[in-house]
Amino acid sequence: MKTKIFLFLSICSIFLLGLNVTSSFAQDTSNIANLDQSKLASTVITPKIDSGDTAWMIVATALVLLMTIPGLALFYGGLVRRKNILNVLMQCFIITAVVSLEWVICGYSMAFGSSKGFLAPFVGGFDWAFLHGIKISDLSPYFISHSQLSSTGGSIGTIPHIVFVLFQCMFAVITPALIIGAFAERIKFRGFLIFILLWAIFVYNPVAHWVWSADGWLAKLGAIDFAGGTVVHINAGIAALITALMIGKRKYYEGHATQPHNIPFVVIGAGLLWVGWFGFNAGSGLAADGLAASAFLVTHVATAAAALTWALLDWVINKKPTVVGICTGAVAGLVAITPASGFVDVTGAFAIGILVSVFCFIAVGIIKPKLGYDDSLDAFGVHGVGGMWGALGTGLFATATVQSAYSGAFYGNPKQFFIQIIAVVSTLIYTGLLTAFLFWLTDKIFGVRATAEEETAGLDVTQHGEIAYTEAE
Amino acid sequence: MKKIEAVIRKSKFEDVKKALHEVDIDFFTYWDSTGVGKQTEKIIFRGKSYDTTKISRLTLSIVVRDQNLEKTVNAITNSARTGDLGDGKVFISEIIEVYRIRNGEKGPEALFIKGEEA
Repeated sequence: MKTKIFLFLSICSIFLLGLNVTSSFAQDTSNIANLDQSKLASTVITPKIDSGDTAWMIVATALVLLMTIPGLALFYGGLVRRKNILNVLMQCFIITAVVSLEWVICGYSMAFGSSKGFLAPFVGGFDWAFLHGIKISDLSPYFISHSQLSSTGGSIGTIPHIVFVLFQCMFAVITPALIIGAFAERIKFRGFLIFILLWAIFVYNPVAHWVWSADGWLAKLGAIDFAGGTVVHINAGIAALITALMIGKRKYYEGHATQPHNIPFVVIGAGLLWVGWFGFNAGSGLAADGLAASAFLVTHVATAAAALTWALLDWVINKKPTVVGICTGAVAGLVAITPASGFVDVTGAFAIGILVSVFCFIAVGIIKPKLGYDDSLDAFGVHGVGGMWGALGTGLFATATVQSAYSGAFYGNPKQFFIQIIAVVSTLIYTGLLTAFLFWLTDKIFGVRATAEEETAGLDVTQHGEIAYTEAE
Repeated sequence: MKKIEAVIRKSKFEDVKKALHEVDIDFFTYWDSTGVGKQTEKIIFRGKSYDTTKISRLTLSIVVRDQNLEKTVNAITNSARTGDLGDGKVFISEIIEVYRIRNGEKGPEALFIKGEEA
């Protein structure tokens, strides 16, 4: 056992040492900014930080972190049995810690940096490892609706580069946290942690690069994903499905979920997710302007529509509207509107919100029980299915009245829909295969499945030596 | 002295409490319990409803003097009955000794306050 750990740590050290042996490149390449030669003149241009944009983005960043801790933590935590809640909370918290550090060490550079050669469209390099080369005064090279002339004649953003780094860090944190719903209540903590770290490095970073980096092949293809339908939800969703199938069902799984032990927590979690998601979507415009306002609006409309639809479906099909149901509907709405939030208007929001609840209701309530797999907290059923619909819905409902450069199939640009399909399918394939490999590898070296006794006694006491709710005092 | 342990439906608790009060039994302990039995409860979760055999019940524990045993048991069974599967059970056991903690009294007199009994 000790030799396995030693070997693993050696490989990690060599990997990290390799980060320092990188070739440098000029940051202001035309890859990440539109080069506008006509503006070069004798005047000296000093781009400035826009304090309105920056203030909003700092708040948005904090809101996105709130989505993970404690939003998602409580949402998932309330859904599991009382003997496992601490395990869920711990997973969310440690993911926040580990992935945040990984992001600064290498993640941001891999996702949003540039590399040379044939890997360039697929993953960035290590030039920005440890945020090397990013100064306090640097402006963000990434922008959406609000940009300004840079000192070299190109365009540059209006917020500090560091703020962009941290905003994206919170996305990198919540994505693996979504997966924990798949293998909840039966995973060993050590195996989980190692798998998550490998996944963050080798799955999240490349997929984020494909879609959001200026070099990314899906971005160049024209795939649109405003706040992370592909990068976050489909990514986590398919990883959830794969890991749920690989780890196997809970020992006494009877074809249906166990009763949530604390539905009020689920509600608190869902509320924090709804509010935090405004940072997630409206913040993805990287500015405090009309686009952010539009994203804010359609996020709210789609979520409300989805929540109501699920409650109505519950009411009609099961005779009673349930609290877990309406919360699930709201989260599904949030998931689906994510990629579309910067591209659709209220009509699109209604359509995406209503239909996501229909699709996820069927996936979770009808298809999953029929197929019998144990995706404990419906990470695939809600995030995977919802994310796929959101990505495709973006291809249908994107309208040029929001961002003039983008429109979808229903607004005269059917090509967008097919580009979205390519984005969805390529993510499913890459993430599916690599997740399977990383999970298998982790299981081989460290083991991922808790024993039957550990599962029955509960993960809180067996993995953490703690009891969430003491009885006597 | 006898101990009566009754497992009853949660929905019948107020009726049982009232019936016990009417026969002057006002001192007992009760707690939530979970049982497994023939009755099932319908649970809905995310679009799917299913039957669970984990049933919520209430357990009462009353210690009475032998002369009050029959009226107490009757009060409970009559008020807790619905006629459906899952009404519950009453168990009687023998109590060897009773002590009042406040003043160390023991025996059947510790079960009631003198002057307030029926």
